[in-house]
Amino acid sequence: MQISGAKMVLESLKKEGVKTVFGYPGGAIMNVYDEIYKQKEIKHILSRHEQASVHSAEGYAKITGEVGVAIVTSGPGFTNAVTGLANAFTDSTPMVVISGQVPMSLIGTDGFQEIDAVGISRACTKHNYLVTDAKDLPRIFKEAFHIARSGRPGPVHIDIPKDVTAQITEFEYPNFVDIPTYKPVTKSDIESIKLAVDAIRDSKRPLLYIGGGIVNSNSSGLVRQIAESTGIPAVETLMARGVMGVENPLLISMLGMHGSYAANIAMSETDLVISLGARFDDRVTGKLSEFAKNAKVIHIDIDPSSINKLVDVDFPIIGDLNFVLSDMLPLLTEIDSSKYSDWRDTVSKNDDLHPLGYEKLDGILKPQEIVEKIGEMLGDNANISTDVGQHQMWAAQFYPFSRARQFNSSGGLGTMGYGFPAAMGVKVGNPERVSINITGDGSILMNIQELMTAVEYKIPVINVILNNNYLGMVRQWQTLFYDNRISETDLSTQPDFVKVAESFGGIGYKVKTMEEFENALKDAVEKNIVAIIDVQVFRDENVMPMVPAGASLYNMMLK
Amino acid sequence: MCIEERHIISVIVQNESSALSRISGLFAGRGYNIESLTVAPIPNEELSRLTIETYGDRKTVDQIEKQLNKLIPVSKVVESDDFIEKEMVLVKVPVFENLSDIEALCKVYNGTVLNVSDKSIVAMVADEPRRVKFFIQAIQKHHPIEIVRGGVVALER
Repeated sequence: MQISGAKMVLESLKKEGVKTVFGYPGGAIMNVYDEIYKQKEIKHILSRHEQASVHSAEGYAKITGEVGVAIVTSGPGFTNAVTGLANAFTDSTPMVVISGQVPMSLIGTDGFQEIDAVGISRACTKHNYLVTDAKDLPRIFKEAFHIARSGRPGPVHIDIPKDVTAQITEFEYPNFVDIPTYKPVTKSDIESIKLAVDAIRDSKRPLLYIGGGIVNSNSSGLVRQIAESTGIPAVETLMARGVMGVENPLLISMLGMHGSYAANIAMSETDLVISLGARFDDRVTGKLSEFAKNAKVIHIDIDPSSINKLVDVDFPIIGDLNFVLSDMLPLLTEIDSSKYSDWRDTVSKNDDLHPLGYEKLDGILKPQEIVEKIGEMLGDNANISTDVGQHQMWAAQFYPFSRARQFNSSGGLGTMGYGFPAAMGVKVGNPERVSINITGDGSILMNIQELMTAVEYKIPVINVILNNNYLGMVRQWQTLFYDNRISETDLSTQPDFVKVAESFGGIGYKVKTMEEFENALKDAVEKNIVAIIDVQVFRDENVMPMVPAGASLYNMMLK
Repeated sequence: MCIEERHIISVIVQNESSALSRISGLFAGRGYNIESLTVAPIPNEELSRLTIETYGDRKTVDQIEKQLNKLIPVSKVVESDDFIEKEMVLVKVPVFENLSDIEALCKVYNGTVLNVSDKSIVAMVADEPRRVKFFIQAIQKHHPIEIVRGGVVALER
């Protein structure tokens, strides 16, 4: 079949089972948009900014587990998409981002809307391609999707010059991928698994340290089984919220800079860290030399470079967690779960001593109680996205997550402006559930234009702004570590968020009491259109506990 | 533990235009040192070999190896202390320097005089990197105008 490069792009996406793409047209990508116009199988959602296109595609990928796809034009279209690529890269999200490029004859001439796109994306993608001949397109698409979803997942960028999309040549989509230099591991050798099992058997205070790799490998069921059969308590990273489920008595809580007291103390007192797809991020470990100081470390990860990168590992296991944990589970059945009952008692005593909490105030809402109220009203029926800052930590601390993928947040890169477009991708990928974006008055303005997309395509995301008139997390650090010099973080100058929502055709609420909030949330869920609920909360609330940057994990500020 | 040592890493990579920038970008982006780097295609194959001379402690060098292996076009990474190493150096000295002294010096380091013009003498040596350093010290007294080092190439024993 002889077809144009542009048509090949669409045909390749269909072959990969893509149903929805997010994007924004422009000069260099017009041939592809002409083909989008001519077909019906793939739905294109027109974002109002390329950064949002990529975040929406990532939200879609995170909720469905499929590869998210975004299409942008050359030059500024691409550079706007870079933050989205970087976000997906640090959070290991499977994505394919397609950009237009100036025609081959203009590359290197500083042409209009020309930028060295693959030069830029090299540092923030798992792999990238500059396509120089349309005959390579089928192979490149096949490889790109394979690379994006296999091994440690990540974004792949394909840059296509305009004349390549116009070129007409033979199209035959390959059935198999053959990249001789790329063979990600799946199964691990059983000997290293047995050594780890022996270490678990010999330990007195083991701790499951659950990371985002469990979500990516769809292994949360296996982790729950392992925890339940052995009675080993667990802590979750931000990226793993929901894996164990809030009802699970073996779940302590989140650990790290804003983890719970019991979770951080457990990590400091454990004699065996069992790391499952986590990467010992500095926001988790605190001061590295004091981290789990007396513990041996089992580290199971699909990415060999994660092992021994920061923490010295005693029992490395490289493999897909789904395979490794399946092999491990039957070997663990002989462990009597009563063996760790003293350890579990210590953990729960610590949790009783300093549970995650906050003090309520008369006459003004606390941000944490809003998160709890959303959880009470919607619970498992909602998917929760967040932006970045204090609200993100409160959402992670106080929402009753019951399943993997329920929580969707920018963990590694910490991208303000991620939440709203990502929550739209989540809604498109899982329309049956309510999609909530818990956000702040700083973050929401960083992709507010997506109200237009949400109205046009009827994507009823509910944005709950925990509005404290501050860039709250930076203000918190200024208060605690900069003698309260509030440098450029007072956001008292604000739009009327109700009018903003309404002017786009959405719905807005401004609330000051819990009753007003409940009514607003109920109404927004019923009306089923994009909404902003602007919640006025206590200005000076800090996220606690807090491990100051560079301090040991057990040195927490509690108030 | 954190002893900075010299290491040679040999990387076999698919011939593609961006392979070199992927590798140099990795070193720059993650703050790894490149002391020298040589690259050339492997005859009759669609692969190239890079030889990288770097400094770092054991942990850093292990990370470099793993990060290199993560790059899609990288086929093989060899880090070993059992390499045969050679480096070539070209040197230009003024023509009034004593030619036979220079010839004798080059001979000690596996080299020879390549060219003599009305202005300068150009000589080359090819030897182990350690000995190349001695040569560069020794040639100083002949007032070199330019010294071009070729970077280390290495092959496992």
